[in-house]
Amino acid sequence: MSMPTKDASASEELVFARPASMVDRATHYCPGCHHGIAHRLVAELLDELELVEKTIAVASIGCSVFLYNYIDADSVESPHGRAPAVATGVKRARPDKFVFTYQGDGDLASIGMAEIMHAANRGERISVVFVNNTVYGMTGGQMAPTTLLGQKTTTCPVGRCKDREGSPIRMAELIAQLGGTAFCARGSLDSVKDIRQAKKYMRQAFEVQTKGLGFGFVELLSGCPTNWRMTPVAANKRITDEMIPYFPLGVYRDVAADGTCGSTVAGGE
Amino acid sequence: MADKMEKLFVKGNEAIAMGALAAGCRCFFGYPITPQNDIPEFMSKHLVEAGGEFVQAESEVAAANMLLGAGACGVRAMTSSSSPGMSLKQEAISYMAGSEIPAVIVNMNRGGPGLGDIGPSQGDYFQSTRGGGHGDYRLLVLAPSSAQEAYDMTYDAFDLAFGSKNPVLILGDAIIGQMKEPIVPRAPKVVDPEEGGDWRLIGASKSGAGKREHRIIKSLFLMDGELAGQNMKLQAKYDAWKKLVDFETFEVKDADLVVVAYGSIGRIAKNAVRALRAKGKKVGLFRPKTLYPFPEKALEKLAKEGKRFLTIEHNLGQMVEDVRLSVRKYADSDLFCVYPGNMPSPDDFEAPILRALGRK
Repeated sequence: MSMPTKDASASEELVFARPASMVDRATHYCPGCHHGIAHRLVAELLDELELVEKTIAVASIGCSVFLYNYIDADSVESPHGRAPAVATGVKRARPDKFVFTYQGDGDLASIGMAEIMHAANRGERISVVFVNNTVYGMTGGQMAPTTLLGQKTTTCPVGRCKDREGSPIRMAELIAQLGGTAFCARGSLDSVKDIRQAKKYMRQAFEVQTKGLGFGFVELLSGCPTNWRMTPVAANKRITDEMIPYFPLGVYRDVAADGTCGSTVAGGE
Repeated sequence: MADKMEKLFVKGNEAIAMGALAAGCRCFFGYPITPQNDIPEFMSKHLVEAGGEFVQAESEVAAANMLLGAGACGVRAMTSSSSPGMSLKQEAISYMAGSEIPAVIVNMNRGGPGLGDIGPSQGDYFQSTRGGGHGDYRLLVLAPSSAQEAYDMTYDAFDLAFGSKNPVLILGDAIIGQMKEPIVPRAPKVVDPEEGGDWRLIGASKSGAGKREHRIIKSLFLMDGELAGQNMKLQAKYDAWKKLVDFETFEVKDADLVVVAYGSIGRIAKNAVRALRAKGKKVGLFRPKTLYPFPEKALEKLAKEGKRFLTIEHNLGQMVEDVRLSVRKYADSDLFCVYPGNMPSPDDFEAPILRALGRK
């Protein structure tokens, strides 16, 4: 009897692997957190669009400050909320580079509201990945600008009340109104179907930059089981049942599709 | 070429902008505030015409953070402001110091606290020399007393910033910024396109000869002992700046009393000293040009020789603390304050100088 001439694995087809742009390292994220998925989508796109060697990533403040430990691209750490301003400086200094920010809802929609609005309005050729999980994660689950009405957090212990704390801010809808925005969409990371769609949105938000069309923005509805005091499964269900109805998914602006592509002012006028 | 340069008649603010252009500044991020508006206005035209980038930011905060981004790429970049705006920039300045990002920052000091006024003041001495933002850091602080010095210091500031991977602050005031006088420009610098090559962010090659690990520019150091190590590294850098100490002395050799003053006030005090010398009074002037590092050794030497001191400032007494610390083993310093909101003339300084001279 002859010995097998081939390794059994040689006949197997590798269908899933770590993206080359993702560092081989365990993340610090909690079980069920969606940052890992969002990071992976970023890394997959940097690979697929062959961007990683020209990428400068801007990390923001919050759980995802350690983005630079996981994405294998040159990175700079921004002060809280200022990532779009830092990215503006990077892009103006190095216009041939691919520049993206990765920001949470406290960072982008609260302390960094001015920076995100004006970077979008100027049409900075940068891409923004906005992870909305309705809480300040790293500091222990305080109320965020996107916290849903009635949602209990450590700083609205009886639930967010419209009369007291105002309504949750819908960022994708706001950003879409600004003249420099070339692509703006909201996706979700609660299901495989939505993750696939979210990646398509992210690709478009990246490509409007590489094509020089303007500012690219994608909001990702995400779970924070730890601070929501839920299991990961229940957190996913909460996104489906409570977040998506308030934060509708879809494309809010796409200059390439609506024919305003190439105009200096995408919206307005 | 440099000695063939034509003289120009410009404001101190314009001199700063010209000095930056000649030094190879490629990006400017500004915000309107009096009395420094000539700087962003000049840059919005001339920097852009020279192929650089000008952004009028949405805020002082954003302008300083744009500076952080450009500096992280190893590109010569600058911002300018005046006192209330400087308060807002401190966040990014602290991050730049912590992340070791080179940049040039200009403060044309106006009256404070709060909205203060738009006239000259030296009320930001503490903010400038003690760091200004949160954390344990310093800036290299240069204090011009003329349009020419404003030009020269800005021209040199970029080399200093990149040489030490730290923000450099030019501290002027409304007098320096708005006063028009002749300057002699210098030959434009040829900036090495590879400047910052071993740390700047430019995209990491993943294959071939240039293959390298991705770079991270950050100020977060969470691991046990990590921040201490970083801060010790920063302190070693600040210690090494002592060789950069710069100052002007005038008639100090046989002086019984040395007036210590910087910037525009130093220049006005010089005229008062000159007038008193003409009257036979043994007085001199010591004008720090670097406020950090402070010229403590030079002042200590004068104190050891038995000289006495009078600090004159356009505030309620800030630099006098550094003067007193410098001379403490041998002497003290009197203080004469010009209150912000007032424009002093040399005559105003003669009586306080004579009072200090007469005190034993």
